[in-house]
Amino acid sequence: MTPWPVTIVAAIASLALLVVVFELIRSRRLRERYALLWLLTGVVLLVLSLWRGGLNTIAGWFGVETYPPAMLGAVGALFFLVVLLHYSTVISRLYDQNVILAQRLALLEQRLREEHVSDEGS
Amino acid sequence: MLAPRWRSVAELATAPAAPAGSVVERLSRLRRLAIVPALNEEENVGRVVDELRAFDPGMDVVVIDDASGDGTARVAAEHGAHVVRLPFNLGIGGAVQTGYRYAHEHGFDVAVQVDGDGQHDPAQLPLILGPLLDGEADLVVGSRFAGEGEFRSTATRRIGITIFARVVSAVVRQRVTDTTSGFRAVNRKGIALFAADYPHDYPEVEATVMCVKHRLRLAEAPVTMRERAGGRSSITALRSIYYMAKVLLAIFVGLFRRATVLTEEDR
Repeated sequence: MTPWPVTIVAAIASLALLVVVFELIRSRRLRERYALLWLLTGVVLLVLSLWRGGLNTIAGWFGVETYPPAMLGAVGALFFLVVLLHYSTVISRLYDQNVILAQRLALLEQRLREEHVSDEGS
Repeated sequence: MLAPRWRSVAELATAPAAPAGSVVERLSRLRRLAIVPALNEEENVGRVVDELRAFDPGMDVVVIDDASGDGTARVAAEHGAHVVRLPFNLGIGGAVQTGYRYAHEHGFDVAVQVDGDGQHDPAQLPLILGPLLDGEADLVVGSRFAGEGEFRSTATRRIGITIFARVVSAVVRQRVTDTTSGFRAVNRKGIALFAADYPHDYPEVEATVMCVKHRLRLAEAPVTMRERAGGRSSITALRSIYYMAKVLLAIFVGLFRRATVLTEEDR
C-alpha cells in the first residue's frame, strides 16, 4: 500500500497544478486550448493519488508489487511526454506561420517602397 | 426551461414586425457593414455578396478570406466586396474578429455577420436588425430554434446544441436557444467589444456570454437558415467533443474573469 505521506504530498501537488493552470487561464496567460491537456494531467494525478486502492490495482496490472507509488511517477511521466509532444507540434505551426508573416510583410514593404518611388518620379 | 426574466425577442420580432422597407430606410442613415467570413467558398461567396448588395446597395461588404486555397478572394472582389486576405488560417474566431476590427477602424455604426457559405439569407436581415435599430439590443443573434419549425441535424450535434443552450441560458440568465449561430448584428458597442476581444475556435458560444458580461443587451430573433449549398461544414464529430470541452472550460473560467475594460473612445 502507498505510504500516507506520499498520498498526501501527491494530492497536494496535483491540486496545486490544477490551481496554477486555472489561474493562468483566468489571467489570460494560457489559452484554453493549450490548458486542456494540463487539466487532464492534474485530474488524473489527483485521482490516482487519492484513490489508493485503485493505484494498487493498476500497479498490480503492471507487476509493480513492491512500491505502488512508482505508478504515479510513471503515469505522470507519460502525461508530461504527451504535453511536450503537443507543444512541439504547436511550435512547429508557429514557426511556419512566422515564416509566412515575414514573407508577406517583406513583399508588402517592397510594394509600398516601389509605389512611393513611382509617385515621386511622376 | 428557465423563467423568462427577459422579453422574448421571438415576441419582439413577431409582434409588430417592421416591414423590410422601413429597416432599410432607417439603416440608410447609418454607416453599415456586412462581415462575411469565408473559407474555400468560391462557389457561394459571390452569391452572398450579390444578395447583400441587393438587400441594401449602400451597405459595405467586407469578405474575410481565411487563407482559402481556392478563388474565394478573387470571386468576392469581382462581386464588389472589400476583401481582406489572412496570411494563414486563423479559424472562424480570428477571421470574424478581423471583420470587427475593420468595422471599428472604419467607424461603422452597425455590423452584420453573414456566413460566406450561403446558409444565411440576407433577405432576413430585417429580422435581426429590427431590435438593434429599435435600440432594444446591442447584439441580435438569428436563431434557428426561437421560432417554430424543426431543425434537422445529427444526434451528436443536437445534443451539443442543447447542452450549450442550457449552459449559456443559465450563465446569462436569459433564454438563449441558438448559441452557435453566426448570423448576427451588432451596434457600435458590440463592434468595439468584439474588435477588442473575441474568442477563438467555435467562438459564438463564448461571444454570447462575453456580451452579457459586458452588460451589452442580447436578443435573439427567429430566422430560418438554408441548407448548405456547397462546401462542407467545418465541424466534424470528433472535433465537436474537443470543442465542447474547450468551450465549457472557457465559459467556466470566464465566470471568474474580470471584464475587458473598454475605454470611452471605444464606445
